[in-house]
Amino acid sequence: MKILVPVKRVIDYNVKVRVKADGSGVDLANVKMSMNPFDEIAVEEAIRLKEAGKADEVVLVSIGVKQAQETIRNGLAMGADRGILVTAAEDVHTDIEPLAVAKILKAIVDEEQPGLVIMGKQAIDNDMNATGQMLAALLGWGQATFASELAVEGDSAVVTREVDGGLQTIKVALPAVVTADLRLNEPRYASLPNIMKAKKKPVDEKTAGDYGVDVAPRLEVVKTSEPPTRQAGEMVGSVDELVTKLKAAGAI
Amino acid sequence: MDFALSEEQAAIFDMARAFGEEHIAPFARDWESRGEIPKDLWPKLAELGFGGLYVREENGGSGLTRLDATLVFEALSMSCASVASFLSIHNMCAAMIDKFGSDEVRARFLPGAVSMESVWSYCLTEPGSGSDAAALKTRAAKTEAGYSLTGTKAFISGGGYSDAYIVMARTGDDSPRGISALIVEDGAEGLSFGGLEAKMGWKSQPTRQVQLDDCDIPAANLLGNEGEGFKYAMMGLDGGRLNISACSLGAAQAALDATIAYMGERKAFGQSIDQFQALQFRLADMEIELQAARTFLRQAAWKLDTGAPDATKFCAMAKKFVTEAASQVADQCLQLHGGYGYLADYGIEKIVRDLRVHQILEGTNEIMRLIVVRNLLASR
Repeated sequence: MKILVPVKRVIDYNVKVRVKADGSGVDLANVKMSMNPFDEIAVEEAIRLKEAGKADEVVLVSIGVKQAQETIRNGLAMGADRGILVTAAEDVHTDIEPLAVAKILKAIVDEEQPGLVIMGKQAIDNDMNATGQMLAALLGWGQATFASELAVEGDSAVVTREVDGGLQTIKVALPAVVTADLRLNEPRYASLPNIMKAKKKPVDEKTAGDYGVDVAPRLEVVKTSEPPTRQAGEMVGSVDELVTKLKAAGAI
Repeated sequence: MDFALSEEQAAIFDMARAFGEEHIAPFARDWESRGEIPKDLWPKLAELGFGGLYVREENGGSGLTRLDATLVFEALSMSCASVASFLSIHNMCAAMIDKFGSDEVRARFLPGAVSMESVWSYCLTEPGSGSDAAALKTRAAKTEAGYSLTGTKAFISGGGYSDAYIVMARTGDDSPRGISALIVEDGAEGLSFGGLEAKMGWKSQPTRQVQLDDCDIPAANLLGNEGEGFKYAMMGLDGGRLNISACSLGAAQAALDATIAYMGERKAFGQSIDQFQALQFRLADMEIELQAARTFLRQAAWKLDTGAPDATKFCAMAKKFVTEAASQVADQCLQLHGGYGYLADYGIEKIVRDLRVHQILEGTNEIMRLIVVRNLLASR
């Protein structure tokens, strides 16, 4: 079985995010970019399935600016076999919306015929949480979202999902789309020899046009703003004073 | 001319740094107070290829260049200079086995070294010979089965801790050509250790004298050819100097990063202290120093990798410049932390203590100047 893992290049989670002066989005110029952490979990899960003999090839796809090749290389260094880079934007600030990404992925799935697509449940930049679901709908496949456990058994997958208030275990027929939640696994570090080997692994270069997908945005960002700055605290002298203040603030 | 790191090099740096942040930094102080790095750290590092950084790939190593290796040590040293520098010593030994060892020596010792199931130390310096290393007195007398070693090695990082030692000893006359490299495994009869040295820094790596008293080793433990030990030792020096410089650089960078963060939080006279221009200028100066050090270090590494005829001179210049600049930056960072910088909790005083020795070992910075000036005068 082949596993397809879409990976997104996003602002590194350690970077302090700054909103652009015109409020149109987050400033990404000269900012460290990395693989979306949920996608890293998806890559790790796919590699583990391969190591367990449940899959024989792990293919990565990244859609965005051409620098997303680095993101693919990082996944190849972890142990994926090859990559497909779909250049769909010139400017790093152009976000390809979930529907366009899902359409491109559908075209790639049609070509590659994977038995399983594993992807992050959402990207940490826009937190859309939509691409996996849209892809499953476009393909007419089953979907198992927010996976915290995944077991491939024959022609189906048993997936434990993190839902509000607990865990739900479902069985989906393969092929299917699985989206990875935080606790699915802890991604490995790429070893030095594997980092060196990654550059020799093949990465196909495509464009959105190759798949006939229009990536023009359908959503308009009206405003982006910084979260409110934290207000200064206040020292209280006694428990009574604390309770009085909390009551006055309507907190209790 | 291209000063950019390649994609792979950036990935190497990021990986080493992330590993250090998770597996080294949180424990560095504890290891320092215990005086020992837990041995189970090493196989974790080795699994990622850190046990044989410049051992050839076909022999199980990572096959990195010396420039790549400086990235590894800079990144790891951001978490702990003592751990990073200890790893550098092990890697020098692994590289010597790979480069100079016979097929048999490689087969016996390299897999354990690369997997770090066995940790290696290096014994050149003696109580009476440091900078003048070729004056070493440890003698390896020929026996029927091999060699019998007698002598004392001083300041040995990992003495009494490591699993094997590469020992430079005299098999021939008193000249540098009378020195051979010999492998002594822990547990060998006649091998003993001095007391644990109390040190200013590098406290998590145990330092002891290594004492050899009629210590018999088999002839098969000769590394390379008899009489070539000093040549091997000299060949490892340039790379060792790059590594120790990289360790200085990474730790100083970590100190500067912590200082920038601290100065944004610490308030005095009604504003955060990063708003005082006198202190801002000091931050700028430190950034300039470290970036200059980084550029110089990587240039020297590039010269060594490309076999430039002036590589030794550049490695010496970089070692002097980087280790001094980094120590000055660390000291400034302590000052900018005020009283808190002097407390162990803030991690800065450890960096100041750890980096101090980098101006002394791998050739003192006085020897570095000597190399430079000899080179200058000879080229007249």
